[in-house]
Amino acid sequence: MELQAVLMAAGGGSRMTDLTYNTPKPMLPVGNKPLMWYPLNLLERVGFEEVIVITTKEVQKMMSTDPKMKVDVKMKLDVVCIQEDGDMGTADALRHIQQKIKTDILVMSCDLITDVALHEVVDLFRAHNATLAMLMSKAHEFTETVPGQKGKKKTAEQRDFVGVDQSGKRLLFMANEADLEDGLSVRKSIMRKHPRMHIKTGLVDAHLYCLKKAVVDFLTENKSISSIRGELVPYLVRKQFSKTTDSPKMKDDAEDQTQKKNDSSTNHELLISSRDEPLLQLAQERSCWNDHHGDMSEAYHGGKLRCYVHIMDQGLCYRVNTLAAFIEANRLAPKLFEEPAVHPSAVISERCQMGSDSIIGALCQVADKTSIKRSTIGNSTTVKEKVKVTNSIIMHGVTIEEGCNIQGSVICSNAVIGRGADLKYCLVGNGQRIEPEAERTNEVIVGTDQLMEI
Amino acid sequence: MADSGVTEGPDKKEEIDRAKSEGKELTKEEKQRLRKEKKQQKKNKEKKDDKASQESEKEKKPLSSPPPASQPPPQSTTQKAPSAVPAPAPVSVPASEAPVPADKPAKSKAELKAERRARQEAERASKQGKKGETGQQAATSKQKAPPNELQPVVKRLPEHIQVDNPDVLKKLAKKLERQQTPGQVADKQIPLRMDYGYKVSLFSHLHQYSRKAPLTQQVSIPSTVIHPAVVRLGLQYSQGIVTGSNARSVALLHAFKQVIRDYTTPPNEELSRDLVNKLKPYISFLNQCRPLSASMGNAIKYIKKEISNIPSQCKEEEAKSKLLNCIECYINEKIILAAKAIAKSAIEKISDGDVILIYGCSSLVNHILCEAFEKSRKFRVIVVDSRPRLEGREALRRLVQKGISCTYVLISAVSYVLPEVSKVFLGAHALLANGYVMSRVGTSQIALVAKAFNVPVLVCCETYKFCERVQTDSFVSNELDDPDDLIVTRKGKTHLKDWQEVPSLGLLNLVYDVTPPDFVDLVITDLGLGMIPCTSVPVVLRVKNVDQ
Repeated sequence: MELQAVLMAAGGGSRMTDLTYNTPKPMLPVGNKPLMWYPLNLLERVGFEEVIVITTKEVQKMMSTDPKMKVDVKMKLDVVCIQEDGDMGTADALRHIQQKIKTDILVMSCDLITDVALHEVVDLFRAHNATLAMLMSKAHEFTETVPGQKGKKKTAEQRDFVGVDQSGKRLLFMANEADLEDGLSVRKSIMRKHPRMHIKTGLVDAHLYCLKKAVVDFLTENKSISSIRGELVPYLVRKQFSKTTDSPKMKDDAEDQTQKKNDSSTNHELLISSRDEPLLQLAQERSCWNDHHGDMSEAYHGGKLRCYVHIMDQGLCYRVNTLAAFIEANRLAPKLFEEPAVHPSAVISERCQMGSDSIIGALCQVADKTSIKRSTIGNSTTVKEKVKVTNSIIMHGVTIEEGCNIQGSVICSNAVIGRGADLKYCLVGNGQRIEPEAERTNEVIVGTDQLMEI
Repeated sequence: MADSGVTEGPDKKEEIDRAKSEGKELTKEEKQRLRKEKKQQKKNKEKKDDKASQESEKEKKPLSSPPPASQPPPQSTTQKAPSAVPAPAPVSVPASEAPVPADKPAKSKAELKAERRARQEAERASKQGKKGETGQQAATSKQKAPPNELQPVVKRLPEHIQVDNPDVLKKLAKKLERQQTPGQVADKQIPLRMDYGYKVSLFSHLHQYSRKAPLTQQVSIPSTVIHPAVVRLGLQYSQGIVTGSNARSVALLHAFKQVIRDYTTPPNEELSRDLVNKLKPYISFLNQCRPLSASMGNAIKYIKKEISNIPSQCKEEEAKSKLLNCIECYINEKIILAAKAIAKSAIEKISDGDVILIYGCSSLVNHILCEAFEKSRKFRVIVVDSRPRLEGREALRRLVQKGISCTYVLISAVSYVLPEVSKVFLGAHALLANGYVMSRVGTSQIALVAKAFNVPVLVCCETYKFCERVQTDSFVSNELDDPDDLIVTRKGKTHLKDWQEVPSLGLLNLVYDVTPPDFVDLVITDLGLGMIPCTSVPVVLRVKNVDQ
């Protein structure tokens, strides 16, 4: 077996609590499909047959009842439940399932919606025998107005600095702005080996990683690493250029020795030790290929640890972890699949005006004289007469009484909008009731029990 | 005169064809005669007198050739395969074929009839031989039969040099479908790689792939149909990470070792037969990623032979360890020890004060030079390089790292640099059975210029690269690399960026060319042979076959 897929679906959605306090993030509907369906669909399309899904008990329950998951996903899902409140990072989760991992792994996050050609990432991993291969994408500006956002969008202060080499494939440097207190410092060893480095900031990490099995073994040894993105990846990128001791040199200084041993042991763990290493070496020696030119060193500068990145500049790649991303994803996700916009079981009266870019879910009832434009309507929703829905996202089980006007809003599941209500750029939480003739603009309406206790 | 010439015409052609089928190397006169014949076919009827004089020359030929009694039977047999007969004629031949129909109205009726008859025979024969050759220039056939036997050999053309024939392509697609690993679902199969871009007409019979469309696009990601080691290898071949005959063979054997390790005999099957069947789709996959080299072909033949020789009562573990051992031995003997032996012989030829010219990056030549330097020979090296691969930079790096003083020039400066060169060392991709050296494109030019300057040319080649193919030109069987490699960006401008939109523009990126044995003075090889002339290759092949 070449690769095992691991889907991380235990995240809490901490950046969009308004949406996730009732529905766990992996099951949020995007284009009337649960969010987790998208990465699973991607894996299924490229040919995976089994996926290990790490999630919480709640999500597992919801998964088994959700029709979409049961019908559309043909792969075998091996669900591993972890404690929801336990502070388990992604790397901790990997450590948890270490027994199941037999080969190299492909780790994905449940909130990734993309149409990337996955072979581009995996080919980098295969061809260069890399330790890590990841996917990044040029960030798109979100153009939709986000309900409940007051004032201008805060400028991104937590930028990621990603350094790649001349070809744009080899990952040389990765740091978050938060970790760089006094400026960005680049090691001389990197500059000597790669004199030209492109540092990019406008990139979105798709949280899709191909990791060698040796990395998982390394994680079991080093329990201090708890997050893949936050700690493991920068560690691996740094380790590419650290001094390796290939032969245990006897040093006089005992301290030095133990330190070097520690270093070398960690390196040896990370190093790919295949059984026919001398043959591979021979092939590489005889091959007249080098990944860089101009200096006296061999291919890859003799380094065994290599990290690669594939940067997508075209195509969809969204991480749905903020409300703005959620809204954007709802707009664009339908492009990823060719299902009919209107579910066959929906009951739509003839005098309803429906735009072609709207999606109606199953078992919906849409009455006369309604106008639905650029919106997504979830399953089992009832829309009464004379309702105007524009640019909105309406989740499952919502009831919209007559004469409502909903614009640019997000209505969560099981909400009830009273007749004649006028909502502009609002976010209505789960199970909320909006009283009739209400007029709300740019508000977040959630229940009092969801508010934080001070 | 003209009449006799007319009737003798087809006979002469058949005589020459027969001589060719016998495998005799055409003598210089015969070659000249062929050339002349084609030329006069190109010219119009005004040159009839030339033709007549040639006919009189040719009349002498039947007297010198074998007795006419044997003519009829060989004639009939050769008539069976005139189209498939190797026509290793110079470049003018493909061009001459086209004007032939144009010449028709100018020729006399009887001649037309004779030609038509000959053509009909040819078409019938080719249809029998299961290969359609409709007036296109024939390609070389792989002469498997030893040169001495006079058999009615129906030669089949390999598919990789018939890319412009749609029937052949369809057959290839079907073959790939059938070649799925046994027991697999029908829709999982080896994918067919699509050709890319406009191909120059002279080479339209070869595949041309784009590096940006790797075969892995069509393979499922945790590849189950093809062993992951083979997928990785194919990717490395197509991206050029593993290049060079030796490196490719070693990497191939490494991948096969992993395949054998992970192999389990299915129930009711024998390892010796099943494993070979398992390897077939992998080999087609690798072939699509990058056409197999001669050394890889020989390695595969060896492995297949070893696998089929495994006795049926052998246990699986034992058999597997035996095979792994065989592979190790093969690599050790044919590549590592061979390199040592060749280096030993070659070092005798390097004297102090030599100026050695090398071309591109041949692992063997680099090894030789490094060894010679270690044995404290005083010499300097001139590295000649060529676009678009620029492999000479890698050779330069390895030599300079050792401490050898080097000069670096591009191939356009070869004639400038040659007066100061004392020897030329060339590496080879394969040594063909007629003594031609197949190597990186540009090698034949270096050999030609060196010959003109009277500089000795030494080719270093291991015996496992000797192959039984015969080729005398670089058109018939070659490899076309990605044409986009030729696109350069200088000062921010990429002039060839939209080359596909210009209808009359084609980019050609050849990989190999053949050097005739007249330009090669010596071949340094292993197996205790030391230094042999180029033309002794078929002898070596014969001896090797007898040994095995």
